[in-house]
Amino acid sequence: MNLIKELAQRDQVFSFMMPSVSPVDVRHGPILYLEDVSVSFDGFKAINNLNLTIDDGELRCIIGPNGAGKTTMMDIITGKTRPDEGSVWFGSRHNLLQMNEPEIASLGIGRKFQKPTVFEALTIFENLELAMASDKRVLPTLTARMNGEKRDRIEEVLTIIGLETQRYQRAGVLSHGQKQWLEIGMLLMQQPRLLLVDEPVAGMTEQEMERTAELLTRLAGHKSSHGRQSVVVVEHDMGFVRSIARTVTVLHQGSVLAEGSMDKVSSDPKVVEVYLGEGH
Amino acid sequence: MSDLISSHQAPSANAVNSRHWLAQPFTEKATQRFLLVLLGAVALVSVLHLAFPEGHPLHVSTYTVTLLGKYLCYALLAVAVDLIWGYLGILSLGHGAFFALGGYAMGMYLMRQIGDRGVYGNPDLPDFMVFLNWDSLPWYWHGFDMAWFAFAMVVLAPGILALVFGFLAFRSRVTGVYLSIITQALTFALMLAFFRNEMGFGGNNGLTDFKDLLGFDLRSDATRLGLFIGSGLALAVGYILCRAIVSSKLGRVSVACRDAEARTRFLGYRVERVQLFVFVISAMLAGVAGAFYVPQVGIINPGEFSPLFSIEVVVWVALGGRATLYGAVIGALLVNYAKTVFTGIMPDAWLFALGALFVLVTVFLPQGIAGLMQQRFRRRPEPTAEENAA
Repeated sequence: MNLIKELAQRDQVFSFMMPSVSPVDVRHGPILYLEDVSVSFDGFKAINNLNLTIDDGELRCIIGPNGAGKTTMMDIITGKTRPDEGSVWFGSRHNLLQMNEPEIASLGIGRKFQKPTVFEALTIFENLELAMASDKRVLPTLTARMNGEKRDRIEEVLTIIGLETQRYQRAGVLSHGQKQWLEIGMLLMQQPRLLLVDEPVAGMTEQEMERTAELLTRLAGHKSSHGRQSVVVVEHDMGFVRSIARTVTVLHQGSVLAEGSMDKVSSDPKVVEVYLGEGH
Repeated sequence: MSDLISSHQAPSANAVNSRHWLAQPFTEKATQRFLLVLLGAVALVSVLHLAFPEGHPLHVSTYTVTLLGKYLCYALLAVAVDLIWGYLGILSLGHGAFFALGGYAMGMYLMRQIGDRGVYGNPDLPDFMVFLNWDSLPWYWHGFDMAWFAFAMVVLAPGILALVFGFLAFRSRVTGVYLSIITQALTFALMLAFFRNEMGFGGNNGLTDFKDLLGFDLRSDATRLGLFIGSGLALAVGYILCRAIVSSKLGRVSVACRDAEARTRFLGYRVERVQLFVFVISAMLAGVAGAFYVPQVGIINPGEFSPLFSIEVVVWVALGGRATLYGAVIGALLVNYAKTVFTGIMPDAWLFALGALFVLVTVFLPQGIAGLMQQRFRRRPEPTAEENAA
């Protein structure tokens, strides 16, 4: 119906004629849509006919034993790895397989790596500055100037991640847990529509874990100026997953083994077998 | 590697800029100090040269003035290399190629200025073309009789080569050792090409026997002093430009590309374009250095393309200290002064001395002389702009 209405509006450019940098189209529900994705490295099928749908504003946890393809899946979504077959859509308008990493990033997909990667030679303030949503082309970056509005935004995130007193220290001196937080802070600066978070609580203390859980649940569904935020968390720590998850997807050997609430999934005999078989 | 480099920059040196990017360097204490020393030294040498008659103990001879001018050109080349090596992590072992191309552009202009005063008295053709029995100028020699065109080519020729080379290399994500090796191959290939007489650049002998530049006689003391001052100013301007880039947000993105390229990509920056932009600027600066170098030494030949020379430049920067810019200047001046002294005493021992120097610096002074200076004169960090504002 919407489409027909739109076609009737002769004073506007049809949405399907607009360039692909237009905003994400989530009118049909999902913000991320992977269909029949397969990829193999030297004959090893890392991802095998994977189907996954993430709804707009959802917080989804993805679990699975080592080698289940969790990180490879993130690589495919962010453009680092190209799948052999299948399709990956961001909203119903953007074909991610036709884009490179910076394009996907500026579209609003932010990623936190498994191993925290921050720019160690730069200060915490500068790390957040570089991550801030802005014109990332070369010349605008050269002439970019700090102003009150941007500074306020950085201060806001500094408070959220609890690093405000260390803002002028080099990121290299931070502890492992603090680096994780800084990286989450960098994600927040990007104001992404979709956050991909790879093992966010690795190396964190109980307390830090609680704060992370709280932050992630607050972020999911949060309405920013360009829409709701969705969060995908890949995690090993079952306690952590239980504390935040609404829906859990279990990956095994590159495809979805089970999906549903934590209780439903953990009582699924196939899941139990995979995890028990792994010695858990 | 990044650990070594990161400790160079005091956090205060990266005050997040709220000013125009070109105005930023003038507010930095270290840059002010550097410019003061550089321009002060240039002025002092000029005054000593002019005010005292020859034979007076305080007189600086024309020979020394020209020698110092040559060092200043090398220093600018070193700054260009430090810009991409220190801040972007691109180790170019072929920057001599851009230096030489700038030099050749200048040399071609100077050749055309000779006019009919050459040995064969041909008003259009340089001597070596007459000697080779060519009857007309090759197409690429046209325009070099005009100063504006030649001076534009000084930056454009290295710039365009860097643009094409960098586009291909960075687009295919060639970095690290592989890139170093191709840059080395690039300068070697150019050297072989320029050695050939058919190329039309004077082959083995290169371009020499220059008479005058913009109407000034190149053999007069006044012109030599002028070229020395010009080299000093070129170094100052080049230094300010590099400083402006590294203290801009783009400079911080460069450091980000150097230390975590993939991460920078996922933040939405086009790493290959950042690399290309800074690489081209660096090549252009190297070209300018070459253009000031050639009229002072009076010759340009394919030897400047020699891979060894490009490696030597990297040694200057390593010795002075990476990612500081002023370290590159110190390194270039010191090593070349040492070279002048050493090759005077024991010409054969120079390469061994250079090699030993490089090994010793790598082992004992990984941050170079600049790092040593920072340790020695460790002051309390200056408050940054942010802290001042708070």
